[in-house]
Amino acid sequence: MRIQLISAVAAALLLAACSSDDAATGNTAGTNTTGTDNSQVAAASVAPGSAEDFKQNVGDRVFFALDRYDVSAEAQQQLQKQAAWLQQYPAVTVTVEGHADERGTREYNLALGERRANSVANYLTALGVDKSRLSVISYGKERPECTESNEACWSQNRRAVTTINR
Amino acid sequence: MRGATLGINMRDERMKRLRHFLMIMVAVAIPAAITVAGSPAKAEPVIDITKGNIEPMPIAIPDFYGSQAGSDIARVVSADLERSGLFKPISPQAFIQDNASLQQGPRFQDWRVLNAQALVSGAAQSTANGQIQVQFRLWDVYGESQMTGFQYNASQNNWRRVAHQIADEIYKRITGEEGYFDSRIVYVSESGPKNARVKRLAIMDQDGENHRYLTDGSALVLTPRFSPVSQDITYMSFYNNKPRVYLFNINTGQQEILGDFPGMTFAPRFSPDGSKVIMSMAQSGNTDIYEMDTRTRRSRRLTDNPAIDTSPSYSPDGSRIVFNSDRGGEQQLYVMNADGSGVQRISKGQGRYATPVWSPRGDLIAFTRMAQGQFYIGVMRPDGSGERQLSSGWLVEGPTWAPNGRVLAYFVSDPSGRTQLHSIDLTGYNERVMKTPLDGSDPAWSPLLSSQ
Repeated sequence: MRIQLISAVAAALLLAACSSDDAATGNTAGTNTTGTDNSQVAAASVAPGSAEDFKQNVGDRVFFALDRYDVSAEAQQQLQKQAAWLQQYPAVTVTVEGHADERGTREYNLALGERRANSVANYLTALGVDKSRLSVISYGKERPECTESNEACWSQNRRAVTTINR
Repeated sequence: MRGATLGINMRDERMKRLRHFLMIMVAVAIPAAITVAGSPAKAEPVIDITKGNIEPMPIAIPDFYGSQAGSDIARVVSADLERSGLFKPISPQAFIQDNASLQQGPRFQDWRVLNAQALVSGAAQSTANGQIQVQFRLWDVYGESQMTGFQYNASQNNWRRVAHQIADEIYKRITGEEGYFDSRIVYVSESGPKNARVKRLAIMDQDGENHRYLTDGSALVLTPRFSPVSQDITYMSFYNNKPRVYLFNINTGQQEILGDFPGMTFAPRFSPDGSKVIMSMAQSGNTDIYEMDTRTRRSRRLTDNPAIDTSPSYSPDGSRIVFNSDRGGEQQLYVMNADGSGVQRISKGQGRYATPVWSPRGDLIAFTRMAQGQFYIGVMRPDGSGERQLSSGWLVEGPTWAPNGRVLAYFVSDPSGRTQLHSIDLTGYNERVMKTPLDGSDPAWSPLLSSQ
């Protein structure tokens, strides 16, 4: 319930922010084609249950401390939101991508990324998401999100990203 | 000057070298020993390469007589020896004796005037069917005697390999160690922005020539390593978003996934006899080390520990494995028997240790160390003693040994994400950039091609 409320607020804000763009591109919303009862977000510019919906309205990633792979309290909250969304859209399957920052060695970081992805997958499973809907992949330090070389950036790169399979 | 580089040439060492000299078999070119005339001089030009920052030995390498190929070969020999940091080729413009008369024998005083300690004379002629005949002699300028000499018959296309083999013979005769010039490097060529790097396998001669790409960049590829006995490379690819260890045949271009593992496989390396590949498999958040028989495709688990166990590398006799594990809380180096028994930690210094690689000589293990925000390339003995740092930087990673165990290659990265291959002498001197068309990482040095 709370999730939907947040979604609705976010969607309304988004719609306000994007309305001029929408007019310019002729993208006039009304994309509720999933047949669910989310009538309150029917005017959103992203389709409920879509990858964009998940990314924008739930949040697709959690972060890890240096050399760690345990799910922090903050990450737990985020993953609870992810689990709730996934339970709302039971047909969706996801891949959890594990990543590391650039301040480690390549091979070890592949293993570390795999640990992080599995930490997230295990947590989502514990929250009731069926295991068969989750797969994991590690990119080690190969795919940084933030490209500067400082701790602020590295902390954004030590992440696990839940991506919706197409 | 002369006294510094001469001197320590023990009889035993010379006999050992002579035996090697008689046993040489070369695949591409069949060398024939050219008779050494006269008895060896009392003090031959010798480089003791264990000494570190030595004065490079002045050596004269005139164009080989008889053809353009002869000039090309002399140039490659000269560049190989110069790059080793142990030799200082003298500028040909200073030469007094002309090439034609050199074929009748050196006028040694003409070379002593230039302070040449050693002189290489050679000839190269085209023969029938695109073949080339090349011969060379190495002279002790002060002792006025021939130190070694060989003749090669090879396909014209293989003139570079003949040149590298000649450089190897000269290196070996003067240093007493096997050479490493007749070898190749496989590495990962990199381009594009830091967050979307395109990575392709590429291969080149150790001097950067004959460069070619092996993969097209559509799949992320990492950590290629040579088979010691065949034309195979093992590497990791993210082909189809399924990160696994692959085999790549250099001759046929054929690629195949190695084994049918349920989880990500990575960090592969061949066993010294080429019959096995050792690697990591990650599944359900745990990474252990496995070996796979490349013929039967049977695999065996070697470590069973909740920690990350990765980057395994065999000792050259195949009896032991050094690997990277965080079982003690952070990344350290461990050695175990090849069946997984008898695990012992060997790294003892400050910081985290990774990417151990056993020297082909067996005497040392090279590694990457991380401490206080810096990365280091270093070596230690297999029992962890005698740790030495060779290079350091913002990011230096992934050492690989030249086939003679005297030189290392690794890669360097700066904060912008640019990467570059470097080589360095085991003494920590003579660090050089290895030129590549684009950025480069994950170098792996081949065995001597003539030994395969």
